[in-house]
Amino acid sequence: MRLKTLVAVLGVGAVVACAPVQSGPTNTSTDEKTGQLRVWLFDEVNRGPKEAVVKEAISEFQGKHNGVTVDVQYIQVSSRAERFKAAFSDPKSAPDVAEFGNTDLAGYVSAGGFSELDLNGWSESKDLVPTILDTAKVDGKTYGVPWFVGVRALYYRTDVFAELGLKPPATLDEIAPLARQIRQRKPELIGISAGGKYLFAALPFIWANGGEIAKQDGGKFTATIDSAEAKAGVAKYAELIKDDICPPATCAGNGGDASVEAFRAGKAAMTIGGDFNRKSVDASSAAGKYAVVPLPGKTAGSIAPAFAGGNLLGVMKGTQRKTLANEFVQLLASKKYQQKMYTAMGNLPTFSDVQKQVSDSDKFLEPFTKTLQSGTKFVPVTPAWAKIEAQTVLPTMIQEVVTGAKNVDAAAASAAQTMNAAFAS
Amino acid sequence: MTARGQGRTAFAYLTPALLVLAGLLAYPIYQLVLISLYDYGQEQVSGGAPLTFLGLGNYQNLLGNQQFWTVLGQTVAFAAVCVVGTLIVGAFLAILATTVRTWVRMTLFLAALGAWSTPAVAGSTIWLFLFDANFGFVNEVLGIQGFSWTFDKWTAFGLVAAQVIWCSFPFVMVTLYAGIKAIPGEVLEAAALDGASAFRTAWSVTLPLLRPIILVVTIQSIIWDFKVFTQIYVMTNGGGIAGRNLVLNVYAYQQAFAASEYGLGAAIGVVMTVLLLVITLFYLRALRRSGEAL
Repeated sequence: MRLKTLVAVLGVGAVVACAPVQSGPTNTSTDEKTGQLRVWLFDEVNRGPKEAVVKEAISEFQGKHNGVTVDVQYIQVSSRAERFKAAFSDPKSAPDVAEFGNTDLAGYVSAGGFSELDLNGWSESKDLVPTILDTAKVDGKTYGVPWFVGVRALYYRTDVFAELGLKPPATLDEIAPLARQIRQRKPELIGISAGGKYLFAALPFIWANGGEIAKQDGGKFTATIDSAEAKAGVAKYAELIKDDICPPATCAGNGGDASVEAFRAGKAAMTIGGDFNRKSVDASSAAGKYAVVPLPGKTAGSIAPAFAGGNLLGVMKGTQRKTLANEFVQLLASKKYQQKMYTAMGNLPTFSDVQKQVSDSDKFLEPFTKTLQSGTKFVPVTPAWAKIEAQTVLPTMIQEVVTGAKNVDAAAASAAQTMNAAFAS
Repeated sequence: MTARGQGRTAFAYLTPALLVLAGLLAYPIYQLVLISLYDYGQEQVSGGAPLTFLGLGNYQNLLGNQQFWTVLGQTVAFAAVCVVGTLIVGAFLAILATTVRTWVRMTLFLAALGAWSTPAVAGSTIWLFLFDANFGFVNEVLGIQGFSWTFDKWTAFGLVAAQVIWCSFPFVMVTLYAGIKAIPGEVLEAAALDGASAFRTAWSVTLPLLRPIILVVTIQSIIWDFKVFTQIYVMTNGGGIAGRNLVLNVYAYQQAFAASEYGLGAAIGVVMTVLLLVITLFYLRALRRSGEAL
């Protein structure tokens, strides 16, 4: 009898669980006007100033809304994927408002994580830079407010350039010979610190050569990384990671942070760094001995299209306090608080007028705002991008070329194949 | 009591254990197999997209992928080196421990326990510091500053293998030491009286008596080393330059779980489980055939 019961229990269990679990549709019908608003923001190496600005915004918000408290949780950038996945799978543990990277947007939206925002009622929204606002859109719908933007430009050591009587490169093609010359004359220096995993440094080389990562045709993406133009860009970038410029044994495994780190340590004459790297470089041995110019394009005077990175603020789909969440996003992303965040963290604002205001008062920002104004580009806006990024498709391609495991044609062909498989799934 | 009644009583006694096994082992494996038959990504988990039954689609996809086979070969070879290395080092030190003085043995055991109890992430990071190209202690001693251990495929694998052996030999050593100590003195004395040399005693008396223990530590090592994740992930920065230091577990994580392709990841998990079962079964059979019952 006991055996029968056991079999019956197991049998029922098997029937109930005959398909993998899915969480049910989220209930968004309620819209409470009081209670606790939960917010996720990214943790930073030096979080103090950010936290102070956020606290100020919270007290302003709580002052306006009776019976509302705002609870901020700082989450690690490195484990964000797991945190957000868990939040999407279990809406009860999810926040109402979250900061997230714009490259993650498409994946999060298709996972049903964020709700569409209506910015029409928000007067400040008309001043958002259109190409930056585009990074918050999927299929023409806006899912976030750009909180700050990050672009990269060329950092170089003024003392080394003066000593050797050199000028910063005027075109993209001049970078490699220039870097080679520096290393030849000062062998202890890396000509330009470029990394095999530093995709955002490699992308401008591809774009400036007229290449694209992928093209969109009627909602369907196809990889174009194997086009002649894109391959020319890849070859140009890979040329930098050679023993006579940036030795593969040191550079091939480097991402953005490690590449800038070599420049900070005084071991590199140039690197590609973001406006957000300024504070760390100023606190390093390169402090006071460096300058920044926009990364040049193919022709003299032009600027290579930069990747428009940055973070967005969005409202989670499962929130029980939609109105409050929207209002908090609009407050924290407002001109007033973007200005404060710039002062606190050096984050570049996303409003054109605030951008102009801060770059007028701070000469350092000029190469970055110039780069922004000359037009930025973005990674393909599709959930497949998160997968392509996780599978390190493009860094692997660069590393294969750098180590000589494959030539540019073969590496680009297999990268395109993997990307197309991801687009198709 | 009838035979039937006895059977029932025995079953009743076994039920708690069976329930625990079913809950902790059978159900997860059942879920793993189930998920591996579906297109199961983040969209499907959060209910944003319908489930699609793929049948063996994930497996076809996996087995048709050239990189999977490369990674599988690397994993097997890497695990083999680690297992053999761990056993040799562990056995050597276990024998050494039986012959040295107490304080030397205590020191050896304490050092081994230190290596054993170091968390994998911390251990890997410390080894990376030791072998750092510019500031590492090892390069300074060898006078080869600037040499990167983690760049070349083979030095990178060698370094990780050394780290894996370092953190897994203590288990082998302690277990074998206990086994050697448990051999009755009379047996060894009888062998000595019969005029057996030290080598002969070790080969014909000690080793056969240690057989069950060696079997256990070998299977344990195979399973551990086949599933190495942390060391490769931390020390080669997620699989080495252009993924040339990938092993199966890291590959599964990168291709499937980080990319939210849980169906494919589950398929890799099933393949690994089956492989480990097959290896263990073969090993058991080979041992049984070559000697007495275990």
